[in-house]
Amino acid sequence: MALKIVKGSIDRMFDKNLQDLVRGIRNHKEDEAKYISTCIDEIKQELKQDNIAVKANAVCKLTYLQMLGYDVSWAAFNIVEVMSSSKFTYKRIGYLAASQCFHESTDVIMLTTNQIRKDLSSPNQYDTGVALTGLSCFVTPDLARDLANDIMTLMSHTKPYIRKKAVLIMYKVFLKYPESLRPAFPRLKEKLEDPDPGVQSAAVNVICELARRNPKNYLSLAPLFFKLMTSSTNNWVLIKIIKLFGALTPLEPRLGKKLIEPLTNLIHRALDLLYGMVSKKNLMEIVKKLMLHVDKAEGTTYRDELLTKIIDICSQSNYQYITNFEWYISILVELTRLEGTRHGHLIASQMLDVAIRVKAIRIFAVAQMATLLDNAHLLTGNMQRNGICEVLYAAAWICGEFSEHLENPMQTLEAMLRPKVATLPGHIQAVYVQNAAKLFSTVLKSQEGSTEGTAAQETSQLMIDRLPLFVQSANLEVQERASCILQLVKYIQKLQQKEVEVAEEVSALFAGELNPVAPKAQKKVPVPEGLDLDAWINEPPSESESEDEQPKAIFAKEEPKHSRSRHTEVDEKELARRREARKQEQANNPFYIKASPSSQKVYQESPGVEHIPVVQIDLTVPLKVPGLPMSDQYLKLEEERRQKERADKKKKEKKKRKEKRSGRGRRHDSGPESEEDITPAHMVDIVTEEMPETYILPTPDNRLLTMSSTSIFLFFFIEQKSSKHKKKKQKKEKEEKEKKKKKKHHHHHRHHSDGGADESVQNGTVEDEEPLPVSMCLTLNHKVCDIQGNLQDGSQVVVSVIFENKCDSLLKSMEFNVLDSLNSKLQRPEGSGPHDGFTVPFQLPPGVSNEARLVFTVQSIVMPQKMKGTLTFIVKNEDSSIHEKLDFKLHFTCTSYLITTPCYSDAFAKLLESGDLKCSSVRLEEVNMPFHHLLARICFHHHFSVVERIDSCASMYSRSIQGHHVCLLVKTTVSIDAKCDEPTLLGNVLDEIKQTFSQC
Amino acid sequence: MQFMLLFSRQGKLRLQKWYVPLCDKEKKKITRELLQTVLARKPKMCSFLEWRDLKVVYKRYASLYFCCAIENQDNELITLEIIHRYVELLDKYFGSVCELDIIFNFEKAYFILDEFLLGGEAQETSKKNVLKAIEQADLLQEPRHEYFNVPVY
Repeated sequence: MALKIVKGSIDRMFDKNLQDLVRGIRNHKEDEAKYISTCIDEIKQELKQDNIAVKANAVCKLTYLQMLGYDVSWAAFNIVEVMSSSKFTYKRIGYLAASQCFHESTDVIMLTTNQIRKDLSSPNQYDTGVALTGLSCFVTPDLARDLANDIMTLMSHTKPYIRKKAVLIMYKVFLKYPESLRPAFPRLKEKLEDPDPGVQSAAVNVICELARRNPKNYLSLAPLFFKLMTSSTNNWVLIKIIKLFGALTPLEPRLGKKLIEPLTNLIHRALDLLYGMVSKKNLMEIVKKLMLHVDKAEGTTYRDELLTKIIDICSQSNYQYITNFEWYISILVELTRLEGTRHGHLIASQMLDVAIRVKAIRIFAVAQMATLLDNAHLLTGNMQRNGICEVLYAAAWICGEFSEHLENPMQTLEAMLRPKVATLPGHIQAVYVQNAAKLFSTVLKSQEGSTEGTAAQETSQLMIDRLPLFVQSANLEVQERASCILQLVKYIQKLQQKEVEVAEEVSALFAGELNPVAPKAQKKVPVPEGLDLDAWINEPPSESESEDEQPKAIFAKEEPKHSRSRHTEVDEKELARRREARKQEQANNPFYIKASPSSQKVYQESPGVEHIPVVQIDLTVPLKVPGLPMSDQYLKLEEERRQKERADKKKKEKKKRKEKRSGRGRRHDSGPESEEDITPAHMVDIVTEEMPETYILPTPDNRLLTMSSTSIFLFFFIEQKSSKHKKKKQKKEKEEKEKKKKKKHHHHHRHHSDGGADESVQNGTVEDEEPLPVSMCLTLNHKVCDIQGNLQDGSQVVVSVIFENKCDSLLKSMEFNVLDSLNSKLQRPEGSGPHDGFTVPFQLPPGVSNEARLVFTVQSIVMPQKMKGTLTFIVKNEDSSIHEKLDFKLHFTCTSYLITTPCYSDAFAKLLESGDLKCSSVRLEEVNMPFHHLLARICFHHHFSVVERIDSCASMYSRSIQGHHVCLLVKTTVSIDAKCDEPTLLGNVLDEIKQTFSQC
Repeated sequence: MQFMLLFSRQGKLRLQKWYVPLCDKEKKKITRELLQTVLARKPKMCSFLEWRDLKVVYKRYASLYFCCAIENQDNELITLEIIHRYVELLDKYFGSVCELDIIFNFEKAYFILDEFLLGGEAQETSKKNVLKAIEQADLLQEPRHEYFNVPVY
């Protein structure tokens, strides 16, 4: 017996298991078919054995071969044998093989009925589970009929693991044997409320699938599903339920109403997701989809929700994702077609915002707004406040303010003076009247130039005819503006009749461009000296007086609260309320830029209005594509553009491939179009709410330079002073050397203010050459920064210059130039000659400072260097600009080539012993400070580190960017013995140290 | 769901699960056709395609394509979610799963799939529950039988 077991296991050792088979197939790539046929022969042998383990192994291998496409149907009976094994290990394999290999026409399936029934009722839930799983794959109508009852019983099994499998497989049973549905249905319905979420979701799944085939029978379950939908948190289940309702609602219209609330909740979640999903690339498409939903939406609430979402999505982060503002304007115009919306105001403010800030879009925007005005009758259906008629406010203002872009100003003027306008809300009428006047001036200008006086007079007559309607307005604002303008026009007409040219003067009324202003801009305006904002201008009226003679509201009912809280003590609440009110007002005022939700400051570099890049609109492209709604055309254009780009890319790639074939070109990975590739068609003029106050961070690309070995910071402060005893432009020149050094951050350029020259020695110096015609106060501060040197690049010195503009004019076109010496050269941008300057990459508005970094190449560092240089720049005033020049000297000391390097005492000792170093010494006279102060000073100013300190002497070490060792032995007697492998360098360093101490 | 196929970039079938009874010949034909269609698609192309009267949803994970066929009314996104959940399960079970895990332990891959989907419908949406069921079933298996030793490679 024992021998038999041993023999059996030895036999088995020679069998291939599944892993061996897989490995074998992988190793016989060339003659796979042959290898597999021998394997199949082996499997056939194994199947003949009695040992069930061997059989199971064989069946497992067959399952694998079946997947590879080999016919294993001949082994069906063996599979049934393995399925019937009492051991779970083999049963599992058997059922797996069956589920993979059996199909309805496999005849041995008939033999399995009893085995399956036995397994279904097994006390081991995993036996049951495996049987159910297998059955789900090969269930035939016969099996379904025979086993339906057993499975139905399992639906009430104590284990949820079995219950959920039983519920799911019932669906397959229903399909094969529909008669089973009726008796099973009550139990299935019960399972919708099963305590186990898995069983519940299985039941939902089955009923949803059934309902899809025949929804009518499942209407009665709607309340139950409704409950599930509002209570379930399982997304998988929710999706199924919503689908089920999709099938049910056509049959029961009342359901639709009930579903609105839970569904809109779900949709809100989806919309919130959208907000984060947009990019430059997909914005147009996403908005297009949303617009379709807007068209289809029935409830106004939902439609308004979509509308605000569209605007939110588009305007987020300062219109970051909009590449084509024409498209956006078209979207806004399309949105005005919505009836009954309560967000007219929102659309209007977007129109204003875009038209004001995106200069390039104004022509287009004005044309669109003129059309809106012309078709105003379409929008006036809804007169309630905040209704869609609010967009007319924006339209009228844009057409008036930018009337020079109007194609037919006369027509627009006519549209703005129609009698129907008088039915609009008062605040809109007021804007109409005011902007009609602006338009009038534009029209006059064009008419006076070209035709005889009659046309211009007719225009005046039109105004005189139409304005009285507004003078009668009940709205005081409208009335006031109208009567004022009416009188003005009458006077103009009088002049016209005398053939006086008036257009120029009339247009002066509205001259000058109104530029957008950031909400916090006011803060940036310094309070003039001597102005006390808190002081009373007049004596404050006494309290009693104000109560007695409370002025009666003249124009409108004033809130009594308002008049009382006139000064001094205002409580927090009131402040908050006012802030809110102010915000509200700012939001309505086109001249304020709204605070964007994100604090991104993308275009901080160009805070001024002058920098708005005006992008040409390619007008060869027809603006209207017939048969398409307006905004779609942009989507189409965008797609075409991308296609073209893709084609171009392909061409390039092909070229590259060709090159590759010819053995030269390198292939670049042409990744997917990145966000940066998309160039916006128009730029938003982004004056962010936070304008730089004084200091602009260095641009990131400058930072690359911090890698180099050492840097010198120079601070230029440029100040313009008008001296009183001379004439304005007579200036005094002043030079101030500042030697104060601070340990902390070199960015703290404000240190110049405590500029006493109490310490000595500089690493780099800028000196004024000669008196300058303009009074420039040039202050210099300099510092070798503690950047750990990149010693491999021992020939580079980085000079960081901080320019601060202290005068009150803009400084621009700054050019920094240095006369190169043989030893030191300024690194200039590629392609420029040896005498060209370095253009400072920024402008300086008054009071602003910024940093530029210049890289010098230095050959020898053993000697200090002085370089002559000039800084030229343009001082731009309101009415003039002067070209100015500033001479300076750049002083590279030897110390600036040293880098603080720590050194261990044993390494230090070895260095001294090596004998490679030359010796030198120096005595410091009249130094009267504690020894540790002295050491600290040397460390700080000359970049040394203390190696060791023993009683009355200390050893110090430093290293140059070119790798020279500098060793010092400092004694309390204030003598310094020094060693260095470069005597000249050492001498200069010692001189510099001496100078440091001589100045204190 | 009608069926699920796993295949490599080289077009080797790694796993197949049919939830509709079809004869071997038909299965082979479908497999061949789908393999060709899906493998010919570029990486940036859509994960969904209409195929015969079905919809095919596929997703590539490293060198493996997971490909499901669903009926027309079925939701593609939830199918992608199912694929991903299955990959997560494999990953949890094998510990950063790779193609070789599935090749050498293909029966385990099937067992996991069977605990997750039944008859083409998701039966258990909780990862934890699926893995628990598999672990317990594994415990029932013959203790460390040589045929099921995890290969060392």
